Amino acid sequence: MIVVVDYDMGNLHSIAKALEYVGGEVAVSSDPRDLIAAEKIVLPGVGAFPDGMAHLLRDKRLYDALLGQVKRKKKPILGICLGMQLLASTSEEFRVSGGLGWIEGDVKRFDVDHQLGLRVPHVGWNNVRIIKSHPLLAGIPDQTDFYFVHSYHFISRQMDDRDIVGTCDYGGPFTAIIGRDNIFATQFHPEKSQRYGLTLLENFIRWDGVYVKE
Amino acid sequence: MIKTIQFGTFRDVGDPVTAARVYNAQRADELLFLDISASTEGRRTLFEIVEKAAEECFMPLGVGGGITTIEDIREVLQHGADKVIINTAAVENPAFIRKAVERFGSSTIVVSIDVRQHASGQYEVFTHSGTKATGRDPVAWAQEMERVGAGEMMITSIDREGTMKGLDTPLVTSVARAVSVPVIASGGVGQLSDFKDGFEAGATAVAAGSIFHFTDQSPIMTRNYLTHVHANVRP
Repeated sequence: MIVVVDYDMGNLHSIAKALEYVGGEVAVSSDPRDLIAAEKIVLPGVGAFPDGMAHLLRDKRLYDALLGQVKRKKKPILGICLGMQLLASTSEEFRVSGGLGWIEGDVKRFDVDHQLGLRVPHVGWNNVRIIKSHPLLAGIPDQTDFYFVHSYHFISRQMDDRDIVGTCDYGGPFTAIIGRDNIFATQFHPEKSQRYGLTLLENFIRWDGVYVKE
Repeated sequence: MIKTIQFGTFRDVGDPVTAARVYNAQRADELLFLDISASTEGRRTLFEIVEKAAEECFMPLGVGGGITTIEDIREVLQHGADKVIINTAAVENPAFIRKAVERFGSSTIVVSIDVRQHASGQYEVFTHSGTKATGRDPVAWAQEMERVGAGEMMITSIDREGTMKGLDTPLVTSVARAVSVPVIASGGVGQLSDFKDGFEAGATAVAAGSIFHFTDQSPIMTRNYLTHVHANVRP
């Protein structure tokens, strides 16, 4: 069973439907017991970072279950959009606030020039450069377009960017995909990215949570 | 590149869900469902349509037509929409947009601005499906909507809509220059070069309806054309 965490941030219908479409057994839930019983977890999210963290922390048991299942039990987890940003150490959206801190980095607003045609939010399809191969990217060509909609992006604190699996370009490269052990996260929405988005979700359904970097 | 599907009743344009399936197969970048009847009955139908479309179309879905409350937005999003398009309600109560943005995030809220041009050349914003004059200038209005947090701005030339005579590119440019959020140009696309004109005028996205309904052009052909003229779209 794949559990899509419902922490009241955004449209969960689409991700659940997309996972079912490619053969997943899905439950949308905010119940910690479902997380504990889950085989895999999806952390979706649309909306503002501080709200996202506040909602996640609101139910201590849910937060503890999430932490336990991901960090101790090493269950595969897919973070999407805000769900990826929450993995960071901090974000400056509205005010500087702390994230889950599972991947060292900071979320910052795009600082681009709209006269150059670069507007915020970054909305629309954009191609992703795959930097490292990963089981979830099997069958997905380099420079495939995915659907993005965000005003903030993740900047890694690691000197060697070891957890950055893919980047995208918007006034310069930014982190599009993160991967470490059982944690995989995308800034784009695979459930809104048609064919290759569905391929990614299908790969997630099949994934055993193991990722060994070359 | 966005496909708009406008409908009053099923009789007029055929089943929107079938149309959605076709556009999904043809890889349109985004689908917008606009309920121009904006009646209570139309609303329930709209929810059903979005829900069905969301089951098969794994691409961004925008929904608009008579959205006036936070509860309306919540319901539409729950049925599978990713963005809501708000027009008349924004003019009647700009604070509603601010509240909606705070609750759902700016990238979820698209403000749609319908514009008519007077004989003098001056532009004016209209609401209620183009029937009610507001006395507002589209550029100033777009800037105000950006201030209250709208994530995207859709500008529709009422005069051009359905004519297939081309977008009102000066209108698009004037708004695109004045705001720093993405601008969606709409109204008048009749041939493939109109998409290119829209991007060159400063639009981040171009929405089209008639060209796909009434000619044999398709999103696939549009994308093919745009790739050839080096516009920045998916191949």
